[in-house]
Amino acid sequence: MSAPHPAPPMALLAELTHRCPLKCFYCSNPLELVRASGELRTEDWLRVLDEAAAIGILQVHFSGGEPMARKDLVTLVRHAAKLQLYSNLITSGVLLTDEAMAELLEAGIDHIQLSFQDSEQQGAEFIGGYKGAQAKKMDAARRIKNAGLPLTTNFVIHRHNADRVGAMIELGAELGSSRIEIAHTQYYGWGLLNRDGLLPSREQLDRTSEVVEEARARLKGVLTIDYVIPDYYAARPKACMGGWGNRFMNISPTGKALPCHAAETIPDLALPSVRDHSIGDIWAHSEAFQKFRGTEWMPEPCQSCDRREIDWGGCRCQALALTGRADVADPVCEKSADHALLAGFIEQADINAPLKARG
Amino acid sequence: MSEESVVPRLAPGVKFRFDAVRDAWVLLAPEKLFMPDEHAVEVLKLVDGTSTLAALIDQLAATFDAPREMIAEDVAMMVRDLADKGVLRL
Repeated sequence: MSAPHPAPPMALLAELTHRCPLKCFYCSNPLELVRASGELRTEDWLRVLDEAAAIGILQVHFSGGEPMARKDLVTLVRHAAKLQLYSNLITSGVLLTDEAMAELLEAGIDHIQLSFQDSEQQGAEFIGGYKGAQAKKMDAARRIKNAGLPLTTNFVIHRHNADRVGAMIELGAELGSSRIEIAHTQYYGWGLLNRDGLLPSREQLDRTSEVVEEARARLKGVLTIDYVIPDYYAARPKACMGGWGNRFMNISPTGKALPCHAAETIPDLALPSVRDHSIGDIWAHSEAFQKFRGTEWMPEPCQSCDRREIDWGGCRCQALALTGRADVADPVCEKSADHALLAGFIEQADINAPLKARG
Repeated sequence: MSEESVVPRLAPGVKFRFDAVRDAWVLLAPEKLFMPDEHAVEVLKLVDGTSTLAALIDQLAATFDAPREMIAEDVAMMVRDLADKGVLRL
C-alpha cells in the first residue's frame, strides 16, 4: 500500500565526508568510515542541492566528519545561497583560517556551529586527539564573530568532562555565542562502542542540569542554551529526526539517503542512493523513507500512546542497537518493555573503561 | 510599554522569505525554522531595518483600514514576542 504524498522535508543534513582531523571517542559516525574515494563528487552534491530546493527543503546543514575537509565546500555553500537554501556549517573549526572564513562569508554562509571538546586544552586533546585544537577553535570563534555571523558553540558532554560544564558555558559566553549547545553524547557509532567509558553518572547528570538551569537564568537575554540530556536517563524518548521521513533527509558521504543518520545499521533496509534517484523520488516513494513514517508501523505501547505524534516512537536505530529490533519502542521510553536495560548500561559505565579512538 | 520609536530588524542569521513550494512565508534562523502566522507575516514584511515600530503600525493601520489605537498594542506585542524568540532585534 502506498502512503499519501508526504509533506516536503524541511532540512537536509549533508554529511559531506567522514574524514576528520579529530578522533573523538564519542563520534556518531558509523564504525565503517567512508574513504575520500567513495565520496560523492561536487557535481552530485550540486544536483542534490538543486533537487532539495525544488522539493521545498529550506535549510542545509553541512556536516561530516569535518565538512571543511572537502575542497568544494565553498562551491556548495555558494550554490545553496543561490538557491535561497539557508546554510549551516557544523565544524570543529580547526581548518577555519582567515582565508577560509572570508571565502565562506563571500559565498553566503548563514550560520556556523563550532564544536568544542572541553573548556580546557588537556581534556579537549584527550577526547579529540588533536594537539593544539583548542587554540585553533578559539581563533575560529573570533573569526566567526568578526565576520558578523551568529555563533553557536557546541559542547558534547560525557563522563570525562561533565564536571566542567560550568566552565564550558563561561567559555561559550566569553566567545560571544548567541547560542550554546550542551549536548550529552548520543550513543551511536563510535559513541556506542565507547559507551561504558562515556556515559555519565546520575550525580554528574543532575549537577550538569543544575549548572545549565542556573546559567540559563543568569544569561537570559544574552544567549540561549540548548540542553540535551543523555537518552539513557530520560523517561521519554527523543523524537528522532522529528519523526522518520517527516522533516529531515540525511545524505551520507557516499550518497545514501538516510531517514536517520544511523539508519545504515538497520539490517535489510534498502537505502536508496542519490546517485540513482532524485531526492524528491526518494522522499515520496522509497521503501526506506516509508518504512517507519507516520504511526501505522507502530507496535504497542506506541500505537495507543497519546505521545505517538510527539515522540514518534523514539529512534529506530537506538531500538535496534539496544534490543536487536528496529521496530519496537525505543527502550528510552519508560513504557517500553525493554526500559530496564538502560539501568544495566548505566551500572556498567566506568571512568576507567577503555576508549577506542575512531579511525 | 514598548516605545514606538524602536527600529525592529531581523536578528543576525535570520532570514524571512516566501517559499513557493509551501505557498507560505518562512522564517529561517540558526538551526531553527518558524512558520509565522498571517498576522506575523504582515508585520515581518514591513521590517526593513530602518522603519520604526510607529511607522509599522501606521502602515498596517492604513493597509487594513483599522483604527490605529486598535492595532497598536497587538503589533507591539507581536514584535516583542518575535524579539523574545530571537527573530527580531529591537
